[in-house]
Amino acid sequence: MAIEARHINKAFGATSVLQDVSVEVPSGSLTALLGPSGGGKSTLLRVIAGLEQPDSGTVLIAGADVTRLAPQRRNVGFVFQHYAAFKHMTVFDNIAFGLQIRKRPKNEIHKRVHELLELVHLDQFAKRYPAQLSGGQRQRMALARALAVEPEVLLLDEPFGALDAQVRKELRAWLRRLHDDVHVTTVFVTHDQEEAIEVADTIVVLAGGRVEQSGSPHEVYDNPANEFVMRFLGPVTELDGRLVRPHDIELTAEPEPGSAEATVERVVRLGFEVRVEMRLGDQDAWAQVTRGLAERLRLAPGETVHVRPGPDARTLAVV
Amino acid sequence: MTSKILETDSTGLGTPPGPVRPVARRRPPGAPTALGLGSAMIFLSLIVLIPLAAVLWKSAEHGPGFFWKSVTTPDAWAALKLTVVASIIVALINLVMGTLIAWVLVRDSFPGKAVLDTLIDLPFALPTIVAGLVLLELYGADSPLGINLAYTRVGVAVALLFVTLPFVVRTVQPVLLELDRDMEQAAASLGAGNWTIFRRIILPNLLPAMVSGTALAFTRSIAEFGSTVLISGNLPFKTQVAAVQIFGQIENDNTASAAAVSTALLVVAFVVLVTLDLVQRWGSRRG
Ligand SMILES: Nc1ncnc2c1ncn2[C@@H]1O[C@H](COP(=O)(O)OP(=O)(O)OP(=O)(O)O)[C@@H](O)[C@H]1O
Ligand SMILES: [Mg+2]
Repeated sequence: MAIEARHINKAFGATSVLQDVSVEVPSGSLTALLGPSGGGKSTLLRVIAGLEQPDSGTVLIAGADVTRLAPQRRNVGFVFQHYAAFKHMTVFDNIAFGLQIRKRPKNEIHKRVHELLELVHLDQFAKRYPAQLSGGQRQRMALARALAVEPEVLLLDEPFGALDAQVRKELRAWLRRLHDDVHVTTVFVTHDQEEAIEVADTIVVLAGGRVEQSGSPHEVYDNPANEFVMRFLGPVTELDGRLVRPHDIELTAEPEPGSAEATVERVVRLGFEVRVEMRLGDQDAWAQVTRGLAERLRLAPGETVHVRPGPDARTLAVV
Repeated sequence: MTSKILETDSTGLGTPPGPVRPVARRRPPGAPTALGLGSAMIFLSLIVLIPLAAVLWKSAEHGPGFFWKSVTTPDAWAALKLTVVASIIVALINLVMGTLIAWVLVRDSFPGKAVLDTLIDLPFALPTIVAGLVLLELYGADSPLGINLAYTRVGVAVALLFVTLPFVVRTVQPVLLELDRDMEQAAASLGAGNWTIFRRIILPNLLPAMVSGTALAFTRSIAEFGSTVLISGNLPFKTQVAAVQIFGQIENDNTASAAAVSTALLVVAFVVLVTLDLVQRWGSRRG
């Protein structure tokens, strides 16, 4: 394990922010800390980095107990949500900072910084100041700065949070590729479930200061441990007292075993997919079907259809 | 005559000459508005430029020879020297202590912090002559603290320190408040110790504010009159500062000499301000 956090508790004054949080991050993995705002993600990350002291619990990095170690000596690369660029230094000096602290020879620093600049595609910006970069460029600079000291683990706090949707998507894919190249154990915080599923190989769902579930994206999506995780990881609808993913709902023209009658209220086309909004008795539900199926069933407001969870559908009883 | 100058001034800078433009004028964003720039220039002219020009004019009235003689009379020269040297020392002390106080006010928490924060501005509120009186009571011959600074140069410096305290504190404080703490934490996680973080991250970001606060303290200090007049005893060649010397000249109807010494002070202030500005530009280019 590259990182082990054991039974971490942390409170700010009277508000408890982390409650008995235990997380394991395997070496070389790309782990997402996923959860709603205020769930304690940043706090956990900061506890791992040593920027915050836990009230109780232990943090191990590469097997060594670092709970009482200063952030300077944990060999952790930290990337902040708002870049935390050294705004009075050029891009080059930002990235060189950690190496200069370590008193590495000048030519070695020069070589390493230029390698990193290439890695994050900022070679032509070495002499610029952070204010002269775009948000995405600044974030890549911050990443290069953290990578420069060859950290044991890389911690990213909502690395793409402040960027617009398009840049976010690009950087996400880029981060995945970078991780495949560099292989440094990475934990990144996000509250975007799509981002976590797309980029991470392990997801830890953190909400209300507790770990709700952890596992591969596949596991947490398909076998959510509870209603919260199921709702947080993707769209859900309620069918007969159970939560189902709308794409797992089967629609038929004729009644089938276990199906219920529903009245179509609205049909919304979203490109290839069709969103069917229905009324089941006194409840609303919706299903996501393909355009082909919608046309075959001639779905239109007022029509009657029969619905049931599909054969492979994962459902969860609503409590 | 004055109004004539102002008129040409404002129109010259304000409405551009030539034919009237179409109604929907396009102005690049950030371009000075005619009204804004015009009002600023009129105001500056009335309040600053014209009075300063008048002082310069007065001092130049009798030619450069007279100017030089007025400035280099033994008592004027001594007063100027004392003023400039004391002001430099006072400005440097302010630089260090003002920054320290700003630091404590922003970064530390202790009981009475809000009170202290309010107290900082009081030297501005007190009439300087009252400040001088209080200082004389406290640090004069009958000092309850047993410290007698009356009629000494140290006394002059203390008076100057008292009135110039807020400058550095109040310029550094807001910058420190706004300083991104994440930068310091990023540096820490990159391995930088506290001293390195201060030297390489905090100081470069505070320096412009520290320098302008120090410049303000210096320029205020070379012109100070009220607070020094009592504690210094105004001993020529020993504790008489330039402002007091100038006042003496005016009382003796020697306005041209007074203007000359004033001009010397203005030149010193100007040179210092320009130098500091250059140093700052040079520093920010170097990063
Ligand atoms: N320094 C602090 N002092 C007091 N309360 C804090 C502090 N830092 C965080 N908190 C509180 O701890 C809780 C968790 O904060 P945290 O920043 O860890 O959440 P998060 O999961 O990162 O949320 P977000 O997605 O919005 O960044 C919040 O309720 C926050 O108000
Ligand atoms: Mg956060």
